[in-house]
Amino acid sequence: MPETAAALERLTYAKAVNAALDRALESFPEALLFGEDIAIPGGVFGCTRGLREKHGERVFDTPISETGFLGAALGAAMVGRRPIVEVMWAEFTLVAFDQIVNQAPNVRYVSEGRLQAPVTIRTQQGILPGSCAQHSQSLEALFAHFPGLRVAMPSNPQDAYDMLLAAIACDDPAIVIEHRSLYQKAAEVELGGEIQEIGGGRVLRRGSDATVVALGPMVAVASEAAETLAAEGIEVELIDPRWIAPLDIGLIAESVQRTGRLVIVHEATVTGGIGAEIAARVASESFWALEAPIERLGIPDVRIPAAPHLQQLLLPSAETVVAAVRRTREAGGEA
Amino acid sequence: MDGTRLLGFYEQMLRIRGTEEAIEDLREDGQVVGSVHLSCGQEAVPVGVVAERSPQDPVFGNYRGHGWALACGAPPENVLAELAARALGVSGGRGGSAFFSAPEWGFYGENAIIGAQVPMAVGAALAARYDDSDRVAITVFGDGAANQGAVSEAFNMAGAWKLPVVFILENNVYSELTPIADMVSDPDLSRRGEPFGIPGLRVDGNDPEAVADAAGAAIRKARAGEGPTLIQADTYRIAGHYIGDAETYRDEAELEAARRAEPLVVARARLLELGVPAADVETTERRVEEELKTAVATALASPPSDPEKIREHLYA
Repeated sequence: MPETAAALERLTYAKAVNAALDRALESFPEALLFGEDIAIPGGVFGCTRGLREKHGERVFDTPISETGFLGAALGAAMVGRRPIVEVMWAEFTLVAFDQIVNQAPNVRYVSEGRLQAPVTIRTQQGILPGSCAQHSQSLEALFAHFPGLRVAMPSNPQDAYDMLLAAIACDDPAIVIEHRSLYQKAAEVELGGEIQEIGGGRVLRRGSDATVVALGPMVAVASEAAETLAAEGIEVELIDPRWIAPLDIGLIAESVQRTGRLVIVHEATVTGGIGAEIAARVASESFWALEAPIERLGIPDVRIPAAPHLQQLLLPSAETVVAAVRRTREAGGEA
Repeated sequence: MDGTRLLGFYEQMLRIRGTEEAIEDLREDGQVVGSVHLSCGQEAVPVGVVAERSPQDPVFGNYRGHGWALACGAPPENVLAELAARALGVSGGRGGSAFFSAPEWGFYGENAIIGAQVPMAVGAALAARYDDSDRVAITVFGDGAANQGAVSEAFNMAGAWKLPVVFILENNVYSELTPIADMVSDPDLSRRGEPFGIPGLRVDGNDPEAVADAAGAAIRKARAGEGPTLIQADTYRIAGHYIGDAETYRDEAELEAARRAEPLVVARARLLELGVPAADVETTERRVEEELKTAVATALASPPSDPEKIREHLYA
């Protein structure tokens, strides 16, 4: 049962994040919200605007010291707080990788559950026109590599709200990776429903001819591709895994059992991307269902230039997704 | 001067030394494996600091942390069992020598990443602003760790926000295998906090009473809302950096001098000088020796950590 009456409101992705943070600060008296420029300035992307005014000193600004404030988040969590921390750009997590990788996911396990670290890290990533090579990378696969961390990639305003709340409510360290290109996308968002559990992918479109798994901003790209293909009579099943740790591989495998074809599209580099893990799992667990080689789309193995026309050459697009689906239809078994 | 306090400290230092020596023996027997960092020669620091802590004050330590856990009250058998991969271990064998915790006794963990625990302690201090706990966080790190960025970031946050945290810098002369003096422009590391608004002081780290006096004052000050203090406790590691350290970086003469100045030797002489009867000192020594024999037996009698539980506690 919902703990409060759900209300529908048209919100941007950034405002949905804000609503989730507001509710978390309301619902969890032990919650703290901090990061660079998030309190008085309201965050460089505006996601935390107004929260300092409303919730007081539980919302505060930190020095530009990612290791310092992520370490502090862990220490505060170990003595009973529930910190929510913003890391302004995904690449800044690399400065504090020790705290995220060597520290956070070890707290519960190595202490046999005597300690816990309910820390939620929010960050954002992705290529936008002009973004430099150090502000463009999609790092999700790095985090998914470490057992003990929960990794969320919300692709729409409703998920931005629900998944952030799920991460905060969960007593494990979690990283919620938002995508900068989505912040101003608006949709109807149901606020105030029951806080969800961690995990679970979603089928966004039913189809029997090919399975397309898309992450973050690639969901919209794949959706457009699915429309084009539908006009040709090819029905794509579109899956948004939403969480990559835990990864809902069962949902993907079940779909591939019916379609026999799999295309994975993400904005991260193809080599070592989460698509590699999904492909490997499907290849080993659903091998006999496959009727064509698995296709992976992402950024090729180059660095990311800032020039927008060069960036466009690297990004997967509806056209490249359409082409990949067609390749799976042309290869192997009877299409 | 009364020898009662020092006799108590002496007993605790004996317990730490005896446990470290037992670990060395168990390592030789193959009951303990892996990288082991002993704290022999540094016992006065944890004993002095922990004597002044209140139950709500967490201690965040480093990989040379056996002594700190014991000073906090973790029983030797549980520490020994931890290193010997037994279920009875303070972390059920999951931490090993360098990364166990004993939160039941206020010991929030060792850390095998140098300096990483220091910002965590700052976070525990920060939490005290919100939970009415009256907590003062205590963290210990070595002279080598003072050169880590995490430590400077933690200093800055603690100083900027006047947080209730006490930084204990155990200066054991060597940054792992390299003299700290070769790695810094100013070997007085107690001044490292000054630019961040953290007053620093140096104390004889081989004298548990001097350590306790300094730590007690710093803890009271932090609890009163007057901000952090950095205490450099000057000591010397008479053990190798790890068991098996070839110790090519120091000579026998230096080590001999250190053995004459180490805290157990100094405390014992001082006790007799203060008029504590030799019989009382010897009784204490025998008691700890017996206690540790039992502790070793108890640790080894524990079953190994349960393989059935290997996946437990990864998630809530």
